[in-house]
Amino acid sequence: MSPRKLIPRKISSPPKIKGFKPYGVSEDLEKSEVITLQFEEFEAIKLCDYDQLNHCNAASVMNISRPTFTRIYAIARQKMAKAMVDGLQISIEGGKIYFDSDWFQCSSCPSIFDHPGQNEDPEVCPVCGCKNLKKYSPEIKSAPLDRHCHKKEKRV
Amino acid sequence: MKIGISSNGFHFESGIDKRFARCTCFVFYDSETGSIEFLPNPHQHLESDAGKKIAELMVQKGVSKVIAGDFGVKIKPLMDLNQIQMIVYQDDKITIKEIIDQLNHYYKP
Repeated sequence: MSPRKLIPRKISSPPKIKGFKPYGVSEDLEKSEVITLQFEEFEAIKLCDYDQLNHCNAASVMNISRPTFTRIYAIARQKMAKAMVDGLQISIEGGKIYFDSDWFQCSSCPSIFDHPGQNEDPEVCPVCGCKNLKKYSPEIKSAPLDRHCHKKEKRV
Repeated sequence: MKIGISSNGFHFESGIDKRFARCTCFVFYDSETGSIEFLPNPHQHLESDAGKKIAELMVQKGVSKVIAGDFGVKIKPLMDLNQIQMIVYQDDKITIKEIIDQLNHYYKP
């Protein structure tokens, strides 16, 4: 039986860097092992420790369940701890993810487009070069971000 | 920069295809040289995971933007992962020639 399919994790923006290198190591860095931190694990650390969200809210931001989030977060911490203790490099790459990008609509041609991997909004339409853009909001809205825990809802 | 366009035929008078991964033909437009390449979609009749194969093809061709009449639900994560911009062109009547004229007008003034 094949394993269950992974639900793609939503990432708000790609990390600014590709990884970390330890300093003050006597051995040759090129030869040492590299820890691969996946994008979703990076995002979990970012949401939980940098943005200080709880696991429930962070899970809904990433569009995954709370247990899945906790699992990803645990793996991320395990990997970071291993890299720190053993003095290994960290490379941030891979993972089943998609970026949460906004969609934009051009006012002079019938095109709608996204802008993956960039934090800034696009300035011109990629088809006609028109500068008059507006944000496109489809009718179907995604789940609200401040969704509560299912457990809490049951208790009330 | 290369732009991939989904087409429902093999010539300039064909229209833009409503499907992306299962379109009839891909047109690759190179904005630097203005060159145009028609490539019949090798994965058009694939039963499943056509999107994955097409994403690989797009990466292999070095495409950074794709234009189609519409996209399937599964393609967005694949395109995002490879940082390919998706452009939905909501006009079925437009021909490949017209769209290339527009791109030429913008990228090669």
